[in-house]
Formats: sequence, C-alpha cells, structure tokens
Amino acid sequence: MTLEQQRHILVVFPHPDDEAFSSAGLIRLYRNMGVPVTYACLTLGEMGRNLGNPPFATRESLPEIRRKELEEACKAMGIEDLRMMGFRDKTIEFEDNEKMVQLVRNLIDECNPSLIITFLPGYAVHPDHDATGRAVVEAVRRMDRNARPTVYGVGFANNTIAEKGEPDVVIDIMSVKEDKLKALQAHASQTAWMIEENQKRIDEGQPMSDSWFHYEKFYTINVDE
Amino acid sequence: MKEVDVNELQQLINSFANKDVYIHLETTNGSYATHYNEQFFNASAFLRNAKIQYEHGKVVGESPHRVGLKMEHGWVYAQGITHYELDEHGRLLMAGLNYEGKLAIALQISETPFSY
Repeated sequence: MTLEQQRHILVVFPHPDDEAFSSAGLIRLYRNMGVPVTYACLTLGEMGRNLGNPPFATRESLPEIRRKELEEACKAMGIEDLRMMGFRDKTIEFEDNEKMVQLVRNLIDECNPSLIITFLPGYAVHPDHDATGRAVVEAVRRMDRNARPTVYGVGFANNTIAEKGEPDVVIDIMSVKEDKLKALQAHASQTAWMIEENQKRIDEGQPMSDSWFHYEKFYTINVDE
Repeated sequence: MKEVDVNELQQLINSFANKDVYIHLETTNGSYATHYNEQFFNASAFLRNAKIQYEHGKVVGESPHRVGLKMEHGWVYAQGITHYELDEHGRLLMAGLNYEGKLAIALQISETPFSY
C-alpha cells in the first residue's frame, strides 16, 4: 500500500522501545518523505525488569540508560522532536483520566497532526499501553469530526485478530528495515537478548519472522465506537 | 551491584537502623506474564518512598537471601535478594535477579527520597 501524504505525525506511547517495535519503519518512511514527526514518550520505562545477571544497571540507574537509548533510537528513525513527558512506568492507568486526555489535547493543538500513532485500547496487553490509547482516543473523540486526525492503533493481545479481524493498515517496511533494526538495537537494555537470539536463529537458518522487519500493521481506530 | 556478601550487607543494613529512611519495595513478574502464559496469575506490589524507621534488620540464608527489617509496629521483608550496592548517593540498593537477569524483587533504603 502506498503511503498517504501526512501534514504532521504525532506518536504517543508510554515506554521507550514501544515505538521501535511497532512503528519504527513507518516513522522512518515518513521522515524520508520529509513529514515532521513528534514523539511523546510518557515514561522512561523505569520499571524495566531486565537488569542483567551479572547486572549492568540498578533500579535507580535504569531510567538514565533508557533515556539515552531513546535518544539514540530517535536518531535511527529520524525523529527530531522527542518529548519525554516525565510519568512513571506502570502508573499511567492510575493517573487522573482527564489530565491524560488534556495532555494529548495540548499536543494535538500544538502539532496539528493529520495522523496519530498509539496503542489500540483493550488490545495492547500492558496497562500503560491501554491507558495511553484510551487518552488519545478520548482526546480525538472530543474534536470536531472534520478536524480529527486519523488514529492508527497497535494491537497485539492474543485475542486481537479473533475479535478485531486483521489490521486494515499494512505497511511494507522492507526498504527501511536496517533503520528499524538500528532503532531496536539502540534500546539495548530491552532488546540485546532478543537480537542475540535472532542472530542465533539466522545462524541456524531460521531468521526472525517477517512480523517485525517486513510489515508493520495498524488498526484505524473509529473514535466514535 | 554485586552478589550478596552477607557480612558486608549486614553492616550496611545496620548503618540505616534507627534513622528516618525512605523505602522502595517492589515485587514483579512483568506486565507481559499473562500474555505469554494465560494460566499465570500475575500479582505484584510496588511501594516507593514510604518513610519508616527500623530498630534492626537482618540478612539471612543462602542466596537468594531474605532481608527483614523490624519496625516499632511491624515488619518489612523481602525474599529472593541476590545482589546489592551502596550507590553514589549513599543509598542501599538490594535486588533479586532471576536466572535470566530479570528483576524479581527490589528493596532499597535511603536517607533521602528516591526520585519520582
């Protein structure tokens, strides 16, 4: 599918690396077309569990490591407008709902995006993911219909395809898969083991499935549903 | 962080006794546990910057160790501690890292509040 031209893309995810897994290819393709991308990353993934054994980080040093990884990943994707919003990992669903909607609303007012990328509420597995998607959907729902941006949702819960069908947006990212790999590698504290595992699979002739490096898939969210 | 040296860790625990201290106590299986195994009952607890005083504390057992802190009216304890360090801010960070290097439990003690 050819990419629709966009005025500005707003990406809203709660954790550094959410963007790399789900959307790095799409983001890179649009940046190559010159479309501005703003990424609001709500937390620094402070609660990441992978500290290594022997450990490479502590609970207290992890956020700074992940901040640097996020900045590096943004370089690989070509994102020049990164906003780190200062929330704490695993607390988004407990924040005041109205405050989160307002935060998204303010970003929309400022960036005037034609497309927002976030998680598909109810099908995004992690409570922070669902809460982030809900705030985006509600902020867009409150806008005049003709002013609303398109919203792409990332859903990967085990029941997603059974309940929602196949994603309606399928982007071929083969031409930028090296950039996606770089973005994933930048999040080394989260992905090093996975990339190592994949290298092993390539050595054994069974590379990682196409799911990450060939296509990125999204559900266009109907905010009135 | 390094693997627990019981004598050294015991001395560090002693050094925070009978002072106002901030505690970080966390257990976790990760938010994806049920995604990967639908039979898994995912429960965890998180508490950050509770201010307490303990009259004495102990590290016990072979690795993974238990650490208990006795307060005037109750207890704090953590099971599964494998690693620790006194960080550059003078905070005692204790952690239980599982065999894959993932944090399973953290107990941290500081005289100043931990960040947000």
